[in-house]
Amino acid sequence: MSRPAIERVGDGERASVHPLYLSPEYRSTRLRAPDRPLVLLPESMHDPTGPVYSDGPLAETDSDLTRQHDGEPLGERIIVTGTLRDASGRPVPGSLIEIWQANAAGRYIHQRDQHPAPLDPNFTGAGRVLTDADGRYRFTTVKPGAYPWRNHANAWRPAHIHLSVFGRAFTERLVTQMYFPGDPLFSADPIFNSVRDPAARDRLISQFDWETTTEEWALGFRFDIVVGGRDATPSEA
Amino acid sequence: MAAAAAGATPSQTVGPFFGFGLCIRPHHELVDPGRADALRLKGCVLDGAGEPVFDAMVEIWQADAQGGHRDGFGWGRSGTDGDGRYAFVTVKPGGDGAPFITMLIFARGLLKPLMTRIYFPDEPVNASDPLLAALTEDERAGLTAVAENGAMRFDIHLQGDRQTTFLAL
Repeated sequence: MSRPAIERVGDGERASVHPLYLSPEYRSTRLRAPDRPLVLLPESMHDPTGPVYSDGPLAETDSDLTRQHDGEPLGERIIVTGTLRDASGRPVPGSLIEIWQANAAGRYIHQRDQHPAPLDPNFTGAGRVLTDADGRYRFTTVKPGAYPWRNHANAWRPAHIHLSVFGRAFTERLVTQMYFPGDPLFSADPIFNSVRDPAARDRLISQFDWETTTEEWALGFRFDIVVGGRDATPSEA
Repeated sequence: MAAAAAGATPSQTVGPFFGFGLCIRPHHELVDPGRADALRLKGCVLDGAGEPVFDAMVEIWQADAQGGHRDGFGWGRSGTDGDGRYAFVTVKPGGDGAPFITMLIFARGLLKPLMTRIYFPDEPVNASDPLLAALTEDERAGLTAVAENGAMRFDIHLQGDRQTTFLAL
């Protein structure tokens, strides 16, 4: 008895803005990247539904990471804002964005981060926000520091904020990292450089934004997010 | 339209330190564990050397017992523990066709999520499922949970001879 045909595709055979699972310079991919082709579900089997996040209303302090403790955290206060859109440019309202980050000294509150930099009793580094009717989101936090890791000799991660985005379909889930403009660590970071297309890589870098920068208060950075859905390809010029 | 020209934001790894950001609120019980039809779904995430992946997070998305998403039902998240184990309390999805749960896996070392499906054993309707029908017998077995002590167990092998069948995202 023969099986109905189903398309299988090697990770590297697909045009995609996303990194390959196997990116050997990022050492942790070597034993975790799948080595068999992926099954391409036919259009008729796609699930257009996606999770509606229901965890009660969010608190204002969920999106202001500088006001989650009795005192204020140390570091440069920043505002991160942007618009969440789909691949056709439409804003995505009501989508949950979760963020987590190191403190200004480059230390995560996570118990497995034990490198010698101080924790800040006034900073946890986790937040969440829902995009508004126009797909916009806004966080207040402090600029995270760079930190060392053990991927290779003298390895340092460029400063970054992790973002987790739900989008509208389960297949639109996006977890990414937002970087800061002009970081000298970019060229040596295998995670940043796992995105092979330079134009796509640049989209991971936030832009300093005078409009968001608030006098006597905080620097502003703009980070627009596009959830591309399946087989999203780099935009053709 | 200028807006339409924007390219997608690339994926990056969830990294090793996501727990305090993503797993601080419990999202692994989709139903009351005391419910008569509550289903315990559990398993391990294992790397290419068979070692447990202790810094992974799995998310599920599924229909409810009637085959729909009433009251926003259907999403869950579980981090893995020191032995690579995740656990959910949910229900078997209802509706027409073979019941299945969609799963996404995130971890340090995964630069983008992996997607797979969990099917249930001893379901006559599995024979008519278009995905299962197109897979080899070994692949089918890999996507089918195993009944174990009143729970359903579904292990995820990221790499190697026993690699779980993953679906392109």
